[in-house]
Amino acid sequence: MISFDFEYFKPKTIQETIHLFHSLVTKKKTPLYYSGGTEIITLGRLNLVYTDAVIDINALPEYHTIRFSEGYLVIGAGVSLTKVEEENPFPLLSKTVSEIADRTARNKISLGGNICGDIFYREAVLPLLISDSLLGIAEIDGLHYYPINKVFNREIQLQKGDFLFNILIDQTYLDLPFVSMKRRQQWNVGYPLVTICALKKDEEVRMAFSGVCPFPFRSVEMEDVFNDKSYSLEDRVRRSLQYLPKPVLNDVEGSSEYRIFVLQHTILDALQKLEGGPNV
Amino acid sequence: MSNPITLNINGKKRQITVRPAATLLDTLRLRLGLTGSKPGCLNGDCGACTVLMDGVPMKSCLMLAVEGEGKEITTIEGLINTPIQKAFIEKFAFQCGYCTPGFLMNCHALVYTEPNASDERIKDWLESNICRCTGYREIEEAVISVLNTVKGTH
Amino acid sequence: MEYIGKSVIRKEAFEKVTGKAKYTNDFQETGTLHAKMLISPYAHANIASIDFSEAWKIPGVKAILGDEPFPLVGEEIKDRSPIAYKRVRYHGEPVAVVVAEDPITAKKAVDAIKVSYESLPVVNSPREAFQENAVLVHENLDRYEKREGVYPVPKTNIANLDKIRKGNMEDGFRESDVVAEFQISFNPSDHAAMETRCSIAEIRADGEVIITTSSQAPFAIKKLMEWYFGIEPGKVIVKTPLVGGAYGGKAAVQLEVIAYLASKAVAGQPVKLFNSREEDMITSPVHIGLDASIKLGATKDGFLKAAEIQFLFDGGAYSDKGVDISRAGAVDCTGPYAIDHIWCDSYCMYTNHPYASAYRGYSHAEVLFAFERTMDVLAEKLNMDPLELRYKNAIRPGDTTPTQVLLSSSTVGNVPKCIERLKELMNWAEGQRMEIDDRKIRAKGISCIWKTSTFDTNATSGVILTFNPDGSINLMSGVVEIGTGTKTVLAQILAERMKMDISKIHVKMLVDTQTTPEHWKTVGSRGTLMGGRAVLNAADEAIRKLKEVASCVLRVPVEELEVADGKVYFLDNPNVFVEIKDIAYGYTFPNGNTIGGQIIASGNYTLTRMTHLDRETGKGKPGPEWAVGAQGIEVELDKRDYTYRIIKAYSVVDIGTVLNEKAARGQVMGAMSMGIAFGGRETFVFDPYGRVLNPQLRTYRPLHYGEQPEYIIEFIETPHIIAPYGARGGGEHGLLGMPAALGNCLSAALGVQLKHLPLIPELLWRAQEGWKDDIV
Repeated sequence: MISFDFEYFKPKTIQETIHLFHSLVTKKKTPLYYSGGTEIITLGRLNLVYTDAVIDINALPEYHTIRFSEGYLVIGAGVSLTKVEEENPFPLLSKTVSEIADRTARNKISLGGNICGDIFYREAVLPLLISDSLLGIAEIDGLHYYPINKVFNREIQLQKGDFLFNILIDQTYLDLPFVSMKRRQQWNVGYPLVTICALKKDEEVRMAFSGVCPFPFRSVEMEDVFNDKSYSLEDRVRRSLQYLPKPVLNDVEGSSEYRIFVLQHTILDALQKLEGGPNV
Repeated sequence: MSNPITLNINGKKRQITVRPAATLLDTLRLRLGLTGSKPGCLNGDCGACTVLMDGVPMKSCLMLAVEGEGKEITTIEGLINTPIQKAFIEKFAFQCGYCTPGFLMNCHALVYTEPNASDERIKDWLESNICRCTGYREIEEAVISVLNTVKGTH
Repeated sequence: MEYIGKSVIRKEAFEKVTGKAKYTNDFQETGTLHAKMLISPYAHANIASIDFSEAWKIPGVKAILGDEPFPLVGEEIKDRSPIAYKRVRYHGEPVAVVVAEDPITAKKAVDAIKVSYESLPVVNSPREAFQENAVLVHENLDRYEKREGVYPVPKTNIANLDKIRKGNMEDGFRESDVVAEFQISFNPSDHAAMETRCSIAEIRADGEVIITTSSQAPFAIKKLMEWYFGIEPGKVIVKTPLVGGAYGGKAAVQLEVIAYLASKAVAGQPVKLFNSREEDMITSPVHIGLDASIKLGATKDGFLKAAEIQFLFDGGAYSDKGVDISRAGAVDCTGPYAIDHIWCDSYCMYTNHPYASAYRGYSHAEVLFAFERTMDVLAEKLNMDPLELRYKNAIRPGDTTPTQVLLSSSTVGNVPKCIERLKELMNWAEGQRMEIDDRKIRAKGISCIWKTSTFDTNATSGVILTFNPDGSINLMSGVVEIGTGTKTVLAQILAERMKMDISKIHVKMLVDTQTTPEHWKTVGSRGTLMGGRAVLNAADEAIRKLKEVASCVLRVPVEELEVADGKVYFLDNPNVFVEIKDIAYGYTFPNGNTIGGQIIASGNYTLTRMTHLDRETGKGKPGPEWAVGAQGIEVELDKRDYTYRIIKAYSVVDIGTVLNEKAARGQVMGAMSMGIAFGGRETFVFDPYGRVLNPQLRTYRPLHYGEQPEYIIEFIETPHIIAPYGARGGGEHGLLGMPAALGNCLSAALGVQLKHLPLIPELLWRAQEGWKDDIV
């Protein structure tokens, strides 16, 4: 039950959407784009999010489609996580999103919503961070594509009024060897202590993390250590930790020291799997 | 602030005005008298409010009523004499009954969407709902018994 | 026997699978106003000021309650203001309540209330509360009104102390060769019933108070409304429809009082108060926490001689049920073992945590975690198999309990037999710990269980039967249908006694205290014993009345008649009969003469020869019988990262007689599931300021589908002679040993004695890798 009131708009084109946003701002409104909407509803209920104008972008053409085009996999940001799982165009992405929330919730949560959300795990971004994907950002003068590492740093870096419209992944990344692992406090449900996504491209491992810090990240420094085969796997894991961003999460799911313990094993498992060691 | 909308619920069109901020769950319960969908957490965590939108399970506390326009909405009140309801009774798959409408909607969608669901698939679907009374084995038995009959008819 | 033991489908089954079943919040009468609470963000603070002015400006606000001295409430000690006044003592405590035309307006107004708090130092654990010079949660404990038999200690945080003194401790430890000492603790947690609590109150023009509520104790509300507000019990009518899970949490009376005050503030209009999940978890009463120290003495061949026990229950900010829960913990302070020398001090401590309500098992799972963990510590010291140690000491007929009740086979069942059967089922002989490979360990752990229920000594249960013109019977009992299926079991008992078709028994699910006879409270697995005996008494009266009418009609003496299959017939010639439908409303002769009228029968049952406990020694008879059992858990643990999977969970319960096979298994299995979650994952996480960091089902996670182990459940049937068909209580027992068995199992796997709950991998890692116990 959301106690504040808002106007509701459902524009049909990107241009209309962006103009609507800016005109609402001019009218001193606080508009929010609404994709899956799950965060707006749950955080709004607790007064942790406020809006007086909801712009539902689900009527935009192509916002819910998955297609291939010119060597790229193109996924609309409005595609639900379950659709990503079921159509399975990018197994690493499917596997990763299949561990987010629960299936019924994933019918509603959109890929873009998970990436742009306030809840800081944003696990759906991990596969994108390591696959040189491009993010299609709807801006006032149209759709522009940016390499993900330019527009996503811990969280998405958007100008006011812009929104994530689609995601492009170079098809050559789709069937690379990968690992996606999620470790929780206990058993099968809950937020991650550690989520790791890793790919092997040109014999080099790339890895991105969620749950370790209050933001998802990919660390080139850590990857350099992982790929330095002059050290044993265990040593690489240990040495990589000095490049961990700060702070390491310390919360109800687990302490920071325990997270690091779990992280080490998870990285080790991931590296072993990608380097053809014993399966885990 | 309220918008007129038309919702197609259990095969009937209902015209109402709603606050855009009203969730589908509150609209079903408070405006349409359909109290079978239960509020358990209002946070998308328990599944007691699950309904079907075009046959797909959705937590009605996680969506606005205005989002329901143009969709076929099925609530527990629209589930009549289905195999899963019978199986829930036979297998003692509920006790207090509060999570039951949500579980039934999800299970019903499961057996029709994935008639060959493996144990792993069943788990993937049913993780979405919490039952505090049973040990889940009864629910598992009910779902499997229906899957077996559905398979048997093909 | 036709219905006893059969898996009769529950009477409300069709309602529940069609969404038609109505719970309190599903009742929506026009004209009902809605209340919403403002709750405290602090665990301990003075309310410096509170400003309602902005809230009053919102159209549709009818009343705002708060900042006024309401009568104090509390089940044994009146120490709680229903809405905080000047001071808050726990995170989540109601600070103000808005009544408005609709829930949205109420919430808007709540958001507009401004409160300024001055925070106070917090008491963040019962151990802290117990220290000398501890911060006091209640400075004026001596000024509170209280019931007899409860002993708060002024100028301390002790809400109550119950003592058990059996035998002589010096003798006990002198006779012991080996002593094992152990200390455990865990935080409060929650019931997490899927239906959050809801109450609707209205005050009629004639002063009658009507309360509709999701409660396990509708009849207790009447009595409490008299104690709290001086309202005559006859003027309070409590209605309870189906309840969406309770587990003890709905035995407490809280929202009812607030809804009543809210209704009073709007000239008696009906007011509905429905908990959000967050409120249900922390504002309303919770599952109690415990800090316990146990010292056991045994001979070198493993016979228990002495048990010295201290319990510090975390009763939270207000005593309410806590003082009775800690008393129940004293009553069964040991496991089900014969021990001659027992000393126990069981304290209910005030802390700045949410306050406690009953929780399935009523302190027994908590106490057993302490005691049964210590049993394994002792077994290790004795170098003895833990199952063998338990078998040797199993309490038997002829032994006495901690409160010195002499047991018989009827009152205690068969502990040794439960252990024997568990041993076979678990294949205990193959060993407790097996290395599967260089990482995986398979391990087993066990716990014995027992429980009696400590009711008021005059607790009563009544049943009314009315006949319909078709010969069918309406069954009215004050037992609340909270999911246990008890009302269906009562119908089975009635059908069995009347020898009639159970489809002709109509069970009234709704409890209405004005028309339904009292059942004390639907708690403590006593619905079947008490309600069942009341049914049998009522059935006997119905049979007598039917025979009286039939005797005139058939011209057969009453003693030569029998009732069965919808007929009353002559024993010597069954062809001489009259159908019940023809006499249920009296019998009309062909000429129009009529004798008798609608058959109405009633019966009740009061627990027999219960006594209060002696203040100094605890001696007394607290409950009618002990249901006992033995439980086990088998896990596969990864010793590298301390993750584990529960593979199998076992229960062998002496349930007396199984009345409804599937329902009984469902009760035990469901309780095991809750116990596994309590042992393995559920806890409130408090910050250093006493605030609960996880009051949502997203961060406080009950067991989900797919996390359940394989359940192996068997029943031993040692009849409780005075119970209907010999049945013992069984609604709670599946839970009782799960945390202890899990703790014993993981301790055996790791070779470390685990002391805390929940047993999450991080805790195992800390214990094993030598981290100090710094998890709050």
